[in-house]
Amino acid sequence: MIVVEGLHKSFGAIKAADGVSFRAEDGRITGLLGPNGAGKSTTLRILYTVLKPDDGTAMIDSVDVVADSLAARRLIGTLPHGSGLYPHLTARENIVYYARLYGMDREIIDEHVQRIIDQLDIGAFADRRSKGFSQGQRTRVSLARALVHGPRNVILDEPSNGLDVMATRSLRELIRLLKSQGKCVLFSSHVMQEVAALCDEIIIIAAGRVVLHDTPDGIRNATDCDDLEEAFVRAIQHVSAAE
Amino acid sequence: MSPISVVIRKEITDNFRDRRTLLSALLMGPLFGPILFAFVINLSLQQQLGNEGEALDLPVIGREHAPALVDYLTSQNINVTDAPENREAAVEGVRSGRHDVVVIISASFGEDLSRSVAATVEVVTDQSNTTAERESRRALRALAAYNQELAAIRLSARGVSPQVLRPLNIDLVDVSTPSGRSAMLLGMLSYFFLFALLTGGMNLAIDATAGERERGSLEPLLCLPVERDQLIFGKILAACFFMALSCLLSLTSFAIVLKFLPLEQLGMTPNFGPDVVLFAVLLLLPFTLLGASLMTLVASFTRSYKEAQTWVGAVLLAPTLPILIVSILQVRPSTELMLIPSLSQHLLLVGMIKNEPVDMLHVVVSVIGTLVAGVFAAWLCARLYRREGLLG
Repeated sequence: MIVVEGLHKSFGAIKAADGVSFRAEDGRITGLLGPNGAGKSTTLRILYTVLKPDDGTAMIDSVDVVADSLAARRLIGTLPHGSGLYPHLTARENIVYYARLYGMDREIIDEHVQRIIDQLDIGAFADRRSKGFSQGQRTRVSLARALVHGPRNVILDEPSNGLDVMATRSLRELIRLLKSQGKCVLFSSHVMQEVAALCDEIIIIAAGRVVLHDTPDGIRNATDCDDLEEAFVRAIQHVSAAE
Repeated sequence: MSPISVVIRKEITDNFRDRRTLLSALLMGPLFGPILFAFVINLSLQQQLGNEGEALDLPVIGREHAPALVDYLTSQNINVTDAPENREAAVEGVRSGRHDVVVIISASFGEDLSRSVAATVEVVTDQSNTTAERESRRALRALAAYNQELAAIRLSARGVSPQVLRPLNIDLVDVSTPSGRSAMLLGMLSYFFLFALLTGGMNLAIDATAGERERGSLEPLLCLPVERDQLIFGKILAACFFMALSCLLSLTSFAIVLKFLPLEQLGMTPNFGPDVVLFAVLLLLPFTLLGASLMTLVASFTRSYKEAQTWVGAVLLAPTLPILIVSILQVRPSTELMLIPSLSQHLLLVGMIKNEPVDMLHVVVSVIGTLVAGVFAAWLCARLYRREGLLG
């Protein structure tokens, strides 16, 4: 479970996060939706501890990401935006490298790596160097290495970027699989359809603030729109008008 | 396994598969130096020994005015050959490089000699041309000897001993050892080693920050439950490994190449056996930490791989600076100088190669001084790696 309260983060004069608060439950898929520059990545980066908030708290399974960032990092699997692999290593070696850095026991690494390779359907290219991988293959391997230690919480920053239709579909299946395993999945996107198709909860972020947080149906009701996209646009315009 | 050793192992595997690293670490440094060196040695061999034994073809204008001089030149292994018609043609010929040196004997040569007036002999040459300089030196030497001989004959004819013209008897006693003479040329060896060492780890150092950031593999790496210090130290140590490897290969290839170079002909017998190679490795090892950290430090300020390459290239030249300054100032090794990395290694290595006794205090100061500088640079890297701006 991920709980965020009153996160503030500024870069110079730009307020990237301006009091972001929300809660992402276990066994549910929570989508962070917003236009480019709304503060999605900043919020997620604070959660996976590469940025420190100016103010506010964020807890992963009740571990504070600032006070005990190492412990918090152990509890999450992270797929940052535009994740890259090591081109000279095979898919399997990329995953094993992360497993070792997660501090997993030697004896269980091979077994766990093989399990995640099977689960994410990487087997066919597991022992090829990742240099020539397609974007879809790369995303799978990046996800596999983020999940190899079996984290309870999964944070994905724009995971479907650059994926073709088939790859996007299989990514959705994977995210549903994670949900069925009872994990807390938090992912960001600026693509409405994707969020609509996948999420149990939608958090709309604009100008560094949470504008709406509800189920897809709840959002449709709240904005009086059947079309989620329309709802999204209205919610954002509302914020822009208030600025 | 600790995270540091996980990182080191991964970087070593990764880079052994990277053609760029292999090229620079295992080929460029170790081969480039010896080949360049062999080339330079051969060139200077040609220059110094050249055709000293061979006859020199010397165009002389006005040879008919001084048959005795021509005979003398011939006896000195100089072939007097056909010359350009006049002075202008000779100057033009030398300027254009057709002739290296042309001697002009004045028309009044014979007359002047018989009247005991100084007879004019002109030597036309281009002093900025090194080959011409050697030839003209030979011609001048022969003319000077002839001059002396004539003077002696004149004095004898007047009943004066030629010795009166030599109040001083100057003897040059050269005490330099053959190894010592080689030091000039071998002085540049130490820079080759430092160069090979630094190029060996260059790619890794760039990869640690600029490379990983560009590839997008830095952010996920920082999400792992590992202290950033451990990541950066692992990377620096892996770079040290490649630097040490490259340096060792370079030393070995030099030790082999030097065996085949005709250095004795240049009066050099450098001391470069296996024991010196081993000593040099031990001496240069501490420098790997400084080199790797410095390169990582410089690379972490840059935004892309390409930009990093440019700046890190400057680090390759940094070790030359102290070496250059000291060779111009001709400073003797002292304990204080041993505190300066790259310079201390240079001075100690040159001493070794010259077969001079090694001052153990100097070695200790060099090793500790360089290590301290390296640790400081590594600490700075770790600090930089900890800041948020790292992700760019």
